[in-house]
Amino acid sequence: MTTTQSPAREVRVGHLDEVPAGEGRAYVVDGEQVAVFRHRSGRVSAVQAVCPHSGGPLADGQIDEDVVVCPLHLFAWDLATGESRNGQPPLRVHPCRVAGDGSVVVGAC
Amino acid sequence: MTATTDRPTTTPATATALPAQRGRARRRLVVVGNGMAGARAVEEILARGGAEQFSVTMFGDEPYGNYNRIALSHVLAGEEEEHGIFLNALPWYADNGIDLRAGVRATFVDRHARLVHDDTGARTPYDVLVLATGSSPFFPAMTGLRREDGSLLPGVFGFRTLDDTRAMLAEAGLHSRAVVIGGGLLGLEAAHGLQKHGLDVDLVHSPKHLMNQQLNAEAGRVLQGRIEALGIGVHTAARTVALTGEERVSGVLLADGRELAADMVVVTAGIRPNAELAARSGLLVERAVVVDDAMRCTGDDGEDAGEVYAVGECVQHRGETYGLVAPLWEQASVLADRLTGTDPAAEYHGSRTATKLKVAGVDVAAMGLSEPERVDDEFVVFSEPRRGIYSSAVVRDGRLVGATLVGDVRKVAFLQQAFDQGLPLPEERVQLLFDMGTPSEETGAAELDDCAQVCNCNGVSKAAIVDAVRGGCSTVGQVVDATRAGKGCGSCKSLVAQITEWAAGGDLAVDESANWYVPAIPMDKQQLTAAIRERDLRSVSAVFRELAPAGAEDAKSKMALTSLLRVIWPGGVVEERDARFVNDRVHANIQRDGTFSVVPQMKGGVTTPEQLRRIADVADRYAVGMVKVTGGQRIDLLGVRKEDLPRMWADLGMPSGYAYGKSMRTVKTCVGTDFCRFGLGDSTQLGIDLETRFQGLECPAKLKLAVVGCPRNCAEAYVKDVGVVAVGAGRWEIYVGGAAGASVRKGDLLATVDSPEEVIALSGRFIQFYREWAGWLERTYDFVPRLGIERVRKVVVEDSDGLAAGLDARLQEAVGAYVDPWSEGREPVVPGQFRPSLPLVDLPLVPRRPGGAPGGVLPDVHSSSDATAQVAEEVAP
Ligand code: SRM
Ligand SMILES: Cc1cc2nc3c(=O)[nH]c(=O)nc-3n(C[C@H](O)[C@H](O)[C@H](O)COP(=O)(O)OP(=O)(O)OC[C@H]3O[C@@H](n4cnc5c(N)ncnc54)[C@H](O)[C@@H]3O)c2cc1C
Ligand code: SF4
Ligand code: FES
Repeated sequence: MTTTQSPAREVRVGHLDEVPAGEGRAYVVDGEQVAVFRHRSGRVSAVQAVCPHSGGPLADGQIDEDVVVCPLHLFAWDLATGESRNGQPPLRVHPCRVAGDGSVVVGAC
Repeated sequence: MTATTDRPTTTPATATALPAQRGRARRRLVVVGNGMAGARAVEEILARGGAEQFSVTMFGDEPYGNYNRIALSHVLAGEEEEHGIFLNALPWYADNGIDLRAGVRATFVDRHARLVHDDTGARTPYDVLVLATGSSPFFPAMTGLRREDGSLLPGVFGFRTLDDTRAMLAEAGLHSRAVVIGGGLLGLEAAHGLQKHGLDVDLVHSPKHLMNQQLNAEAGRVLQGRIEALGIGVHTAARTVALTGEERVSGVLLADGRELAADMVVVTAGIRPNAELAARSGLLVERAVVVDDAMRCTGDDGEDAGEVYAVGECVQHRGETYGLVAPLWEQASVLADRLTGTDPAAEYHGSRTATKLKVAGVDVAAMGLSEPERVDDEFVVFSEPRRGIYSSAVVRDGRLVGATLVGDVRKVAFLQQAFDQGLPLPEERVQLLFDMGTPSEETGAAELDDCAQVCNCNGVSKAAIVDAVRGGCSTVGQVVDATRAGKGCGSCKSLVAQITEWAAGGDLAVDESANWYVPAIPMDKQQLTAAIRERDLRSVSAVFRELAPAGAEDAKSKMALTSLLRVIWPGGVVEERDARFVNDRVHANIQRDGTFSVVPQMKGGVTTPEQLRRIADVADRYAVGMVKVTGGQRIDLLGVRKEDLPRMWADLGMPSGYAYGKSMRTVKTCVGTDFCRFGLGDSTQLGIDLETRFQGLECPAKLKLAVVGCPRNCAEAYVKDVGVVAVGAGRWEIYVGGAAGASVRKGDLLATVDSPEEVIALSGRFIQFYREWAGWLERTYDFVPRLGIERVRKVVVEDSDGLAAGLDARLQEAVGAYVDPWSEGREPVVPGQFRPSLPLVDLPLVPRRPGGAPGGVLPDVHSSSDATAQVAEEVAP
């Protein structure tokens, strides 16, 4: 339900160049889809790709440094904690980082 | 079967979600009833640290989490969506370690063995039991109400649960006449809701006036006038004796012999507390489950019933039962104080019910007495039935003991406080009802007691609102989100706004942010536009960097800023795709399953066999979910996969119809002079010319146009943002600010002109004025009345402010910079622009119509696609 601290293992999902600044893209990690976002500051975040509200594609949402706004009903979630800003169920947050070679690496939950 | 099928009282979820126990076992708290009172009681218990003392099990025979029952009225009226009304969704229970038995009904309580039996046959042990079973609709005796098996005659409904509401919604669209039996709060809401779905509604009420529980006769009649003005037939002093119809209800028979035809009947003739479970289990039940000041039940033999409590509508306390939510918040908090030991002496002393409601769109407030009872009671009354306004107050020994307001409830905060606290009253009694030197609304907010309840529906006090503002909420919207105040019946919204403004700073502080163009930047549209021009800001991130506090970007402001930049700098914007909403990234409208809809341009609604063939071919080739003629006079291809969009546009070879953007959408036309025997002007050609000129213009909100050849108005020009009507002798009327969507408004006549060229010029100038001056998402139906048509006419037609030349020039620039967005897609603008964001897991897919059915398509002939999302490789540890 909330951040899992110790991911079983890490998975390389793609290259940072595939995710334009400020946008999100969906990847599959262990048969589960994960939305990876590239913040304009250069950081990356990763959360479950399916909106817990009604199944919206979160990778199509809009973000800033803190939240993602789902494109279907415009509810917002905190990308660091997964908490909803509108009383919705929380998002699963995956640890996520950019490796030295520009790979995006996501922790499987 | 064993004596007890003890379920483990601590589920795995509980074990992980809760802090370690301090040595002693938690007691087992079982709550029967997962409605507004039951769930609230548990919330209050958890808020007092109850999770460490209790493991909680809840039974709820509705298969859902806890929702705001009050908001069912809004759901029925189509004003709110189902998913918006949940107060505690299912994950909340798991997150708090609550074992929720959703869809399970408790059938018997064995008080001696301390077991709750349920309809699955299981028995659950408790140490503490709370009953919160609420109440059920009461169906008065009427011939024909039930079938032989005891079930209701089809077409007859109660109005209590989400399932009731769903059932009514499912049928509302299929029928045309409804009768509502019972003219109290619920009946009025049901009548209003059904009427919104286009049904003819009659309301039958056996007492002499509406809402007789809360209102006196005169107030009831004033309310009746308002209800009748909505088009609802009201029959008071009319008793229903029978329902007619064999297979399904067909009418309602009244005692006076009249019969009202009906294909739906809603019975809202009162409620009955759900007390059978308690009675069957040997607890004392009179009209409802009897509790003492500690909310504790007794045995029907007068003996101690052990740790058994009850709260909510199923309860009778000091002889009173309640049918509104406010009292149950108080009960829940007393119960929680007691059970957690926070205040072991807490007592409930009954509630003074004050009703403050929005009924069928009409504000109603009532508290205490509705009429004088003693000879020396003072009675102050103001009644203006024509406008539907009624106010009265009852004063006894210098204290307010009752007040009633219908239609205008601005004085409710003041009256409520005077009523609750016995404040001294103004010597001139008329000031109770009108502001004549009595506390104005603002000071009303200031003087309101901290613990005064502002939102009865969700139990929010003034202090909670003030806390939310102190905690950082800076707009009314944020306060509403944070506290839920105003999210029930909505009648307290203006008071919530007043308190927010007051708490946010001083008497005169207006909620500045209401005028900001976007939430992230403290400037109105004109200030923002000036700053952007002055600093020559060309990208959304530059605007955030330079103008937002701390330079922070804000996801919810991006789309509005993109639009504004494109209005300010036609053709000269530094593109940032992330600042666009997904629809504008892929030039199509996103749908519930993440697919998109494609609407090609079809100017003026005129098409050709050649275009139709191409559309048909594309529909086949990409196996679209549905082909549909839209309300905007063109053709929609629905359920298209994101990755198919670029190829589809190429195959169509038609420009975008902009059915997805906050932009000019369509110009609807009628067949006009070429074919119609009444046509007075060539509406078809003028519509095509307007669409050609204004295609794709980004606007603060959607912009829809229509042109008709005569005032018969076949293409609905009177209700468009800009509507043009030929009136003969070469003359055309231009209407602006019309709407027939969520609001219905006839446009205001801007001007009557002599040629199509003048129509194009003036409507263009109006559109540019709107683009530059309207707030984000402000449709013309709000913009025009906000300024007043006279003001708009002065600026646009008479050029009172010397703006015309500039507006015309900037519009021309925007028109000149137009590029069809569908020409872009062939090469993605950014990597992965058309990659699916659809998860592999199941989603609520839009239905594919079967091939051959109307609107259907052939089976999936389209196979090759790059739809599979990229699968990751594992990183070597
Ligand atoms: C396709 C169409 C219905 C149809 O099958 O005919 C349609 C479909 C949608 N309408 Fe509409 N509207 C359609 C004509 C209308 C009309 C009639 C008209 O344009 O003459 C109206 C009333 C006129 C008006 O707008 O004032 C209309 C009033 C609305 C509203 C209410 C707007 C308001 O402020 O009152 C919304 C909601 C909104 O904009 O927030 C809306 C929103 C929507 C959206 C875009 C919902 C959304 O945001 O996703 C629907 C997209 C469905 C989808 O999955 O693609 N639609 N909608 C029509 C497309 C017309 C077109 O060719 O462009
Ligand atoms: C359409 C509508 C509009 C309303 N508008 C307003 C308003 O504007 N203002 C206002 O103050 N009030 C309003 N009310 C009244 C308000 O909703 C009720 O006062 C409130 O819901 C009562 O809460 P409760 O928990 O006592 O009962 P409920 O909310 O009815 O909860 C009881 C729950 O217990 C369940 N249950 C019953 N027996 C069992 C059993 N044996 N086993 C398991 N579960 C059981 C029921 O299914 C139900 O889910 C409105 C009500 C309706 C229906
Ligand atoms: S509006 Fe007039 S011209 Fe157009 S179709 Fe109707 S009657 Fe004919
Ligand atoms: S599906 Fe995401 S907010 Fe509704």
